[in-house]
Amino acid sequence: MATLKELSNKEILISSGHRACAGCGFPIIIKQALLAAENPVVVACATGCMEVCTTIYPYTAWKVPFIHNAFENSASTLSGVEAAYKSLSRQGKLDKKIDFIAFGGDGGTYDIGFQALSGAMERGHNMLYICYDNQAYMNTGIQRSSATPRGANTTTSPAGTESYGKKQYRKDLSAVMVAHEIPYVAQASPSNWNDLVTKVKKALAVEGPAFMNIIQPCVLGWKYPSDQSIELAKLAVDTCFWPLYEVEEGEYKLTYRPKEKKPVEDWLKRQGRFRHLFKPENAEILKEIQEDIDTRWARLLAKCGEEA
Amino acid sequence: MSIRVGKTGNEAVAEAMRQINPDVVAAYPITPQTEIVQIFSSFVANGKVDTEFVTVESEHSAMSATVGAASAGARSMTATSANGLAFMWEIVYIAAGMRLPIVMPVVNRALSGPLNIHCDHSDTMGARDSGWIQLFSENAQEAYDNAVQAPRIAENPDVKLPVMVTMDGFIISHAMEVMEILEDEKVREFIGKYVPENPLLDVDNPVTLGPVDLQDWNFEHKRQQAEAMRNAKPVILDVASEYAKLTGRKYGLFEEYKLDDADIAIVVLGSTAGTAKVAVNALRAKGVRAGMLKMRVFRPFPAEEIADALKHVKAVAVMDRSDSFNAVGGPVFVDVRSALYDVDNGPKIVNYIYGIGGRDVTPDHVKTVYADLAKIAETGQVENPLTYLGIRE
Amino acid sequence: MSVPKDAGWKDVPKAGRILEPGSAAKYETGGWRTYRPVHIPENCINCLFCWIYCPDQAILVEDGKFKGIDYAYCKGCGICATECPGKRGNKALKMILDEEA
Repeated sequence: MATLKELSNKEILISSGHRACAGCGFPIIIKQALLAAENPVVVACATGCMEVCTTIYPYTAWKVPFIHNAFENSASTLSGVEAAYKSLSRQGKLDKKIDFIAFGGDGGTYDIGFQALSGAMERGHNMLYICYDNQAYMNTGIQRSSATPRGANTTTSPAGTESYGKKQYRKDLSAVMVAHEIPYVAQASPSNWNDLVTKVKKALAVEGPAFMNIIQPCVLGWKYPSDQSIELAKLAVDTCFWPLYEVEEGEYKLTYRPKEKKPVEDWLKRQGRFRHLFKPENAEILKEIQEDIDTRWARLLAKCGEEA
Repeated sequence: MSIRVGKTGNEAVAEAMRQINPDVVAAYPITPQTEIVQIFSSFVANGKVDTEFVTVESEHSAMSATVGAASAGARSMTATSANGLAFMWEIVYIAAGMRLPIVMPVVNRALSGPLNIHCDHSDTMGARDSGWIQLFSENAQEAYDNAVQAPRIAENPDVKLPVMVTMDGFIISHAMEVMEILEDEKVREFIGKYVPENPLLDVDNPVTLGPVDLQDWNFEHKRQQAEAMRNAKPVILDVASEYAKLTGRKYGLFEEYKLDDADIAIVVLGSTAGTAKVAVNALRAKGVRAGMLKMRVFRPFPAEEIADALKHVKAVAVMDRSDSFNAVGGPVFVDVRSALYDVDNGPKIVNYIYGIGGRDVTPDHVKTVYADLAKIAETGQVENPLTYLGIRE
Repeated sequence: MSVPKDAGWKDVPKAGRILEPGSAAKYETGGWRTYRPVHIPENCINCLFCWIYCPDQAILVEDGKFKGIDYAYCKGCGICATECPGKRGNKALKMILDEEA
């Protein structure tokens, strides 16, 4: 476990001057993830906020080799990079340990890039895929994705007289990745930096593919004041909407248990995208959302061998 | 010394790939290209190549991984057909835009729908403006020769563009021919060591590839790409002339068959050129001055050279094995006619769309085209600017 | 390598490749700011939460200690001040209107 004092001696591998919104969560995720790396890292990134804010020509915020190919293919693009690494290393043309990290937003990971991700994980490339999950297509202006939580007001699942927002619960992509039986899967949050850094270290250390799903508060999409990104990430964790756990070789482990499981309303009411849920006519939906979280949390505790 | 062998087009191209020995191949099976992937897999399984073979879950990922591998600094290849090429589409453009010298054999097959697995050129013609160099092949020998020359063209510092090597599905890909291949060392010597530009794996010099490139610079990068395609023309000829020294087989931008003194001529690509030669020979035996121009390089389009080669001809028929559904004519026709626009008193020019979905084309079909041309040459009148050849009327 | 504004298409690297890592630092984002964080040294316990949570690398740290704020890049989001635990409830970072600084 590294201390912040120790980490602060390392070079931050993403520079200032990127164009992410004030208070954006993903630069914090990039910083923490790259601070965890022991070896040189090559990054691939899906089209999305992260890519467009960090690589506006002729400027790049990346201090590591970086490739953006398209929206849906950061996993397959990095497969090719990693295959090149294997090939050139085997042929004696390269002699250096390099780690590989792919980034994609929830749109580029849960939805359009899902096939490429599944293929890359199944093939067993030695790479870490990090989904920065801000729960909607934020780069195109807050459209719903399969990661958007139930009840959220987005521009393609707007709340209205006949709608309470998104009808469906979010896809549990972390569980889907566990089903790929890869060596390492974890959920993390930038609020819990130590947990995140530790998990990235583990993910990079395993031989074979690793997947991390990292929640990323979005000021514009979630609709909250810009200083609250870390607070909202923490609340997502403490309400058990976003439990922090890891699955190593199939073994579930809860890496953080809130001292007190807070009601999901504590998290929802801080975000403009859920404001309509607090109208009297949506009381039942709020109740169902809480029940869903309770069910999932109980199931996760059982998998982790934790007491209910 | 060359080696005489019997090979199908797919076997010949797979053999070329073995000899090129790419660092990475990422590919996905699709009829009629599948054999290339299978044969190459057996090379990998038996240690005949140094290649890391990525068995991707789709063509989209095949091209994506190939782009990744090429960006990393590896000599990289893939192969596909038809719907596979269509599924790659977005990344086909990106490969060219990122200036990656990827080589991709494409076994021509009709694009769906309805579903059809046989030869036409709708797949590669659709990708004609994707920024890839396109080399067409008449037979397995040419497919092999084009495949061996392709890395040299793609990797030339003045070019740095991806190359498609095409051959007609089944007609070439699955037909056995006697052909010549080079010794492995000759191929490796010919293509040389791969020197990547700005590779990602050079971690001491971190580079950002594929950035957001907006109004202020995108035009300049596209202008570079346009220039690279222009540069490709002399490079293709230089590589061909070096290859001729090695093999005795001469390649240009196109092949002129009895064109010098021809009154009437057809322009054609791919295996139909062989069929057309039979027709030309038969007509010549009867004293008809028939000729043929077989395109090898469709991109970059050799407009000036074609104009020069056809300027003395009275009537030209362009044979398109795909339709562009523009209600005018096929893609080759449109380009050839445009090339002839500046020729004073140039030939009359008509279009034949043929062979769609693998519809057979025989020497007799081609003879009817020459008969039409003879009439146009005689009267100076064009009655049918566009004919669907071999259709059920 | 920087890309001069007056460069022509022949003078710049191919395909928009950016050969200078971290060159975004040439683009200052401090002008986006409405509020700015100010540091109150006596309340600072050097926990470095501000450093680990700053999205813009605008918190400067030296030898494991808070060193300053880089206002050239600070967008004024306020995360640092919100996350600052301070000393005995007194925060070491507070937000003030930028124009009042």
